[in-house]
Amino acid sequence: MVIAIDGLSLGAIYALIALGYTMVYGIAKMLNFAHGDVIMVGAYMIYTLCTLTWTTGSLPIWAGALIAFVVSIVVCTLLGMVNEKVAYKPLRGASPLAALITAIGVSYLLQGIAQLIWGAEQRSISILDRLGTVRVGTVAIRWSSIITVVCGAILMIGLTLFVKKTRTGRAMLAVSEDKGAAQMMGINVNKIVSVTFAIGSGLATFAALFYLPTTAISPTLGSMPGIKAFAAAVIGGIGSIPGAVVGGILLGVVEVVCNSFEATASYTTAIEFALLIIILLVRPIGLLGKKRRVKV
Amino acid sequence: MTMEGTKKKNLFAKGGWKNYITYIVIIAFLAIMIILNLTVGLGRGDKSTLARIAFSCILAVSLNLVVGFLGELSLGHAGFMCVGAYLGCFVANTLRDATALPELVVVIIAMIIAGIVAAIMGFVIGVPALRLRGDYLAIATLAFGEIVRCIFKNLKIFGGAKGMSTKIYNNNTLFILAFIVLLIVVFCCQNLINSKHGRAVIAIRDNEIAAKAMGINVTFYKLLIFIVAAFFAGIAGVLYGSTIGTIRQETFSFNYSIEILVMVVLGGMGSINGSLVAATIITYLNILLQNQLSGSLAPVKNIVYALILIVIVIFSNAPALKNFRESINPKAILARISKKKPDASVTRSDEAKWDRIPTKINIDEVLSADTRSGYADDPVPPGEDVVPMEATKDELYRPLDRKEEK
Amino acid sequence: MSEYVLETQNLGISFGGLKAVQDANIKIKKGQIYGMIGPNGAGKTTVFNMLTGVYLPTTGTFFLNGEELKGKTQEQINHKGIARTFQNIRLFSNMSVIRNVMVGLHNQPQYKCNFLTSMFRLPRHFKIEKAMREHAKELLRVFDLEDERNNLACNLPYGKQRKLEIARALATNPKLLLLDEPAAGMNPQETADLVQIVKKIRDDFDLTVLLIEHDMKFVAGLCEEITVLNFGTVLAQGKTEDCLNDPEVVKAYIGG
Repeated sequence: MVIAIDGLSLGAIYALIALGYTMVYGIAKMLNFAHGDVIMVGAYMIYTLCTLTWTTGSLPIWAGALIAFVVSIVVCTLLGMVNEKVAYKPLRGASPLAALITAIGVSYLLQGIAQLIWGAEQRSISILDRLGTVRVGTVAIRWSSIITVVCGAILMIGLTLFVKKTRTGRAMLAVSEDKGAAQMMGINVNKIVSVTFAIGSGLATFAALFYLPTTAISPTLGSMPGIKAFAAAVIGGIGSIPGAVVGGILLGVVEVVCNSFEATASYTTAIEFALLIIILLVRPIGLLGKKRRVKV
Repeated sequence: MTMEGTKKKNLFAKGGWKNYITYIVIIAFLAIMIILNLTVGLGRGDKSTLARIAFSCILAVSLNLVVGFLGELSLGHAGFMCVGAYLGCFVANTLRDATALPELVVVIIAMIIAGIVAAIMGFVIGVPALRLRGDYLAIATLAFGEIVRCIFKNLKIFGGAKGMSTKIYNNNTLFILAFIVLLIVVFCCQNLINSKHGRAVIAIRDNEIAAKAMGINVTFYKLLIFIVAAFFAGIAGVLYGSTIGTIRQETFSFNYSIEILVMVVLGGMGSINGSLVAATIITYLNILLQNQLSGSLAPVKNIVYALILIVIVIFSNAPALKNFRESINPKAILARISKKKPDASVTRSDEAKWDRIPTKINIDEVLSADTRSGYADDPVPPGEDVVPMEATKDELYRPLDRKEEK
Repeated sequence: MSEYVLETQNLGISFGGLKAVQDANIKIKKGQIYGMIGPNGAGKTTVFNMLTGVYLPTTGTFFLNGEELKGKTQEQINHKGIARTFQNIRLFSNMSVIRNVMVGLHNQPQYKCNFLTSMFRLPRHFKIEKAMREHAKELLRVFDLEDERNNLACNLPYGKQRKLEIARALATNPKLLLLDEPAAGMNPQETADLVQIVKKIRDDFDLTVLLIEHDMKFVAGLCEEITVLNFGTVLAQGKTEDCLNDPEVVKAYIGG
């Protein structure tokens, strides 16, 4: 039971990050390696702002945390958009590899700046884990896990609805199908790409909030979950929103289950990545990826 | 012409001299360093820097085979190096304990074994490479690198999480050994690329569908390149182990693979000389920044490094800056000085031909050419209006851009 | 040994529910230049793709000199003797013209060479490189491209790129050459030249040619027999003259 909830909650975190990868890949056809580092920035922002509001203000703790979180989302969203404008937009139309390398550069840059501002030492802060645990029958489940799963589900459903029902969402689908045609239909591709980066970064901030109870904050905080979420996106079929959710949850559950057995605990990472490779071998396009026929 | 005359011409045939320049520069560089070491005496750090430069060059050149020539993105090159480093140095340690072979022989045996084991891993990762393409392959190689690392972290005979200690090779001769190995690697890679096999590999990169239609065994060549690249990475791993003293799995993380990739990309994909230059500069820059910026300034290294990377990539790839790049291209400047029009001859001769032929195309015929021609006595063949898509020479090929996908 | 170089039996393929090609029965005799015409989207290129192993036919099969080739990979089919060109030119654009042709020569038995031989520059490497270069030059001479041999393929004008593609296909020493719209984008002079070239290579290289073309003059000037496809089915088949005058064919083209 605990494992199931923990797995789901970690899965939800991965899914939230994977959504960022998958959406950016769908729209801009590039792997945004700096995405993991947006989580890191988000975590630091939440940390800094929380400490600030808690020490100075007379606000109650939850209000301070809420303000901190909202401001963090705004900052990260802006960061994502600025990233896109400065580093990726000039390279649109160039080799995707070039954009990939720039993304790596941005990732190093963010890590370097974070280290310069906050230093290399690890920090931690408790926000969601202040809520403690709830007893269901004989087991104690952390509230933070429950909130993560519930919020994650709401966000994912919200995103799906957004893409399916709103004008912007449908425009995003159109751009991901065929950028040129979408442009000719009067869709502002630049705006759509910006929106995509913004949404991805916003989701990453949520992931940061949910990730905080189980991890310490450091400049390299984002890299591992970043890579794993990337793997999750690929498992689900990169470019597919439900795929990212499925992949994220699968990877999260596998990780928690592996960690819970002593024999496999130290091989968790290897098992997760082996799973990725096996899935790719069986289905080279990911679980829910769309098959594309090569036209000769 | 005499036999000898032909042979000489062959050796210095077009493009050939460039390859020799590479060897000459490497040898000259090595000679200068040896002389400096014997006369002035290089510091301990300098010598290990030289060794580092040499194995970085090996890594960059071998990764360039995969990324630059085959056109497949690999993010797990450090994984092959990791396998090579651990197994090679393990073999070396065992040999040292069991036999009294001279150190040089031990290291050479270690390198060969490391290369072979890494090559086997290259085969293992190359098999999925045949099914996956582009970004999917990239993530699979990345996953491979992480798996390797995780396994070595947990194997007790390789020292587990603490790392495996190795013997540092004689500091005065290590860099010479490393450079000789580098020479051999460059020799092998250049020869491979400049042969019929290299042509097949580049053909696969340029147009896989056409390569298949020409009967090129795509499976074989993809595997071959993966195996050769892994072999050399394994050798570089042993050199690394001989420089460092303790092998830790953290070193071979995904970031290291990326660093090698950066060398390849900045040096120019598909350019061995470029890889050598970029690997040298980046390795040197890294060590320099590491030494200069310590303590609280350490992150500045990452920032400087990242900014250089971003600026160079945007500058050399942004479509908007294309004209600017061409205007400062040394070749173009040279051509302008010597008043030659670069590469215009081809299109020019064609234009003349078009002018010679009297064609009267009126717009209706062009528009209906597809359906009507051949029925009316139509002198104009269809497709006349097809404008040739003239790709320019310096347009980067796009390994990940599967435009033909529909 | 079959009487026909190429024989397809009820060849067909469907993508999802769409039947792109149905029951195509084409028989081509040795030394023939055979045409395949039809409106856009009729399935001509799809037939080529099936014959070269890009697509696996869902129904029927095909034979080259009596040997069934269905289910073989693209490489294997090329080795068996079918070479092709592409509708949208697919040259190795970052390679020089001569190297493009040399890639075509890659699998010729006389140029077999182990990769280690090349890696360590053994004498055989130099020998076969030289021989391949000479061979490629000869092939380029046929297409009047010899002077362009050191230019990059992507810098050639369109018509010459098409010719180069044929030269490259020819380098694989095929028995059957498939040309997908070889005259598209050529000017009248080039088209007229191409007619001569195709005839010449058919004779000199002992070839059988199957071509797709929209230019009816080109088809009428080259092909003795044609197949007309429309919506994936064979509309007419036989002597070129008869087919072109067939009211059904005219209707399909003009859309009456």
